[in-house]
Amino acid sequence: MIPSRAARIAVAAVPIAFLALFFVYPVASIVGRGLAPDWRLDLDPLARVVTDASLRHIAWFTVWQATLSTILTVVIALPGAFVLARYRFRGRGIVHALVTVPFVLPTVVVGSAFVALLGDGGPLGALGLDQTLGAILIAHVFFNYAVVVRTVGGLWSHLDPRTEEAARVLGASRWRAFRAVTLPALRPAIAAAAAIVFLFTFTSFGVILILGGPRTATLETEIYRQTAQLLNLPLAAALTVVQLVAIIGLLFVTGRIEGRRGVSLRLRAAKETSRRPSTAGARSFLAANLAVMALLLGVPLLVLIERSFHPPGGYGLGFYRALGEVHAGSTSFVAPVDAIANSVRFAFAATVLAIAVGGCAAVAVASTRRRWLDTAFALPLGVSAVTVGFGFLIALDHEPFDFRGSSWLIPVAQALVAIPFVVRIMAPVLRAIDPRLREAASTLGASPARVWREIDLPIVARAALVATGFAFAISLGEFGATVFIVRPDAPTLPVLIYRLLGQPGPQNFGAAMAASVILMALTALVILAVERFRVGSIGTF
Amino acid sequence: MLQVDQIRVVYDGFVAVDAVDLTVGDGEIVCVLGPSGSGKSSLLRAIAGLEPGATGRVSWDGVDITRVPTHRRDFGLMFQDHALFPHRDVEGNVAFGLRMQRLPRAEIDTRTRQTLDLVGLAGFEHRPIAELSGGEQQRVALARALAAQPRVLMLDEPLGALDRALRERLVAELRALFVRLGLTILFVTHDHDEAFALADRLVVMHDGRIEQTGVPTEVWRRPGNEFVARFLGWNVTRAFGDHVLAVRPDGLRLAGDPGVGGVVRARTFRREHFLLDVRLDAPHHDEVLRVEVPLDAPRIPDVDDRVELEIAPGAVVTRL
Repeated sequence: MIPSRAARIAVAAVPIAFLALFFVYPVASIVGRGLAPDWRLDLDPLARVVTDASLRHIAWFTVWQATLSTILTVVIALPGAFVLARYRFRGRGIVHALVTVPFVLPTVVVGSAFVALLGDGGPLGALGLDQTLGAILIAHVFFNYAVVVRTVGGLWSHLDPRTEEAARVLGASRWRAFRAVTLPALRPAIAAAAAIVFLFTFTSFGVILILGGPRTATLETEIYRQTAQLLNLPLAAALTVVQLVAIIGLLFVTGRIEGRRGVSLRLRAAKETSRRPSTAGARSFLAANLAVMALLLGVPLLVLIERSFHPPGGYGLGFYRALGEVHAGSTSFVAPVDAIANSVRFAFAATVLAIAVGGCAAVAVASTRRRWLDTAFALPLGVSAVTVGFGFLIALDHEPFDFRGSSWLIPVAQALVAIPFVVRIMAPVLRAIDPRLREAASTLGASPARVWREIDLPIVARAALVATGFAFAISLGEFGATVFIVRPDAPTLPVLIYRLLGQPGPQNFGAAMAASVILMALTALVILAVERFRVGSIGTF
Repeated sequence: MLQVDQIRVVYDGFVAVDAVDLTVGDGEIVCVLGPSGSGKSSLLRAIAGLEPGATGRVSWDGVDITRVPTHRRDFGLMFQDHALFPHRDVEGNVAFGLRMQRLPRAEIDTRTRQTLDLVGLAGFEHRPIAELSGGEQQRVALARALAAQPRVLMLDEPLGALDRALRERLVAELRALFVRLGLTILFVTHDHDEAFALADRLVVMHDGRIEQTGVPTEVWRRPGNEFVARFLGWNVTRAFGDHVLAVRPDGLRLAGDPGVGGVVRARTFRREHFLLDVRLDAPHHDEVLRVEVPLDAPRIPDVDDRVELEIAPGAVVTRL
């Protein structure tokens, strides 16, 4: 695909160097700090993780909540995936786009929304779910609904319904045909979706921090607590090592599941496999699932918006107006308006970085048949933002890489989180370009460089646009890494929202709501804008 | 004049093209005819410079251009599945080669319009590729290769993806077009009708090697070896005399007196005649001959009937 071997190596070198410096080095520093603080091998902190009962409980709880979240999400979202993939109805395109929005929302926005919904004074406050496992589970399903819909639904919409019809002609009941024909075909996609959801919920940070309450802790939040509050770096590092081992194991399993393509499938264009729901049963099934989507995905956000417009004394813009000021009595706070400006500035820089580095990575991944590159660039995604932030903290604050105080630290961290998404959006498009198109251009007189400009570039431009939007939205809402390395006097909006939520008083709460709504609006706008350009192909994430 | 010497293409140990020599004179239409997997497409690609592992020599008018990269060879290639650029409309596709030649805008527009006229797609400039029918896509692919006015135009299964009626219509149009423009053409196909109708000269290819070369009428009347004979639908038999003979299905008929005997294994109605598959008796039990029986024959045998065969008087018989 790329003209010369030298060019290919150069293009791959950029993201590899970036990852080596800003990911491998910090993570290695963590591991070093965890296993050998003061340069002597000291497995004491690591041993503590195993022996200390409370730490063991934390590790167990992390797995437990992730498992529950995964099962719940798959069970609830699978019918939704079917409905969106196979039924044709008015507004389907909009629903499909809207379903994706929760996934890209910043975790603090989701946290705020569910606090607004389930907390004191909220419509469901009476359920007493706030600060419990229940709230966390619901929020996780909210977040990851889109993963199942896109991954499984994407494949489902391309399955040839005639295979199932052939089974029914041969005497299988509807349910039997589904179990015997469709389910095996979907199994790889369901497994992949489940693995991704498990990974995301395992490393969930913002949601658990905000909705979990003081007694709920996972590995991620404990790492943060040990670092930021207890200043116990060795223990935090030891916990990170444990988490790393678990995640690498998970990634390995995920890679194997995705690699095993299983049954070879007959795929058809999505347009041909969908039909209008014809029976009353089908129509009610569709309606029920649309209701679930509206309730689960829509209500929390609506409640958030409603409460942001409801300062004490009646509906109005009180909370929004207060965003321009610093409150009396708040400590080291910045006016939220400044935080918004910070966030946007950082997000721009992060997006440029993510597209530049991620674009090279996508080109490198698409040019080779070897899968290891793909996995390598997906690593930051799996390894968790907290690890990235923590790693920056301890690795990049002294020679030879003292970036302490550099305003580029935050964009780099945000770019790291966004790059795997950029690669996963752009690489499949690049890979799918028919090599014969390039050959045809060549026979018509296009030199190799010209072929790239005329064929690859225009085709990948759309994907690049979508990737830019995603990178921007992700950077805007990034929390886990940023909270470690942000300067107290220049917070980003997500960090500010988190701080406001932690302060008592309706003014602070209201400010958090209003700021969350603004962050949500910015993110949703960007995502909905680029969704139109998505080349709707077989589900990729 | 295009000259190709000892072209060899090997994929992973499999020899796709085995030391093929070929010449195409100026203004000549040469067809490489062969079954699927005979190496025809690989040969075409090697000549275009798209097979980096190919060995052999490609020269034009005596000048060795084997080392010249594809985009500078000025060899047009029309791909089997068209390979139209999906992100450009018809005009964008057809004008592509002209843009690479850096011609002035006005000339590009004129030539594009003329070429579209030539292939019967006048007015199609701004249509998106996805909206075209199979036949229209074919013509756009042809127009795209033609517009660049290459010194030789190579076509891979030019009519492959089309239905029968369209194919028959296009074959006539294409030959008229090629002759009128005096183009130098090299095309490959597995379809006999296409090959015989379009070509000035035929090259029959099999398993990477050339089996026979000649003018279509010659190849048709005198297949050079067993493979070509069978490929063209002749019977190859030892049952009549001492030699290996090739005789067409319409060169055999039912005999009144005992001739070469056999049993009818299958009977197919071919509208203008019946076609019988006859398995011969020992010692030629391995042969199944195809015999045409006209509709007005006094007797039309059924499956499992015994028949006696003889060579019809005046039949074309070739000794192999």
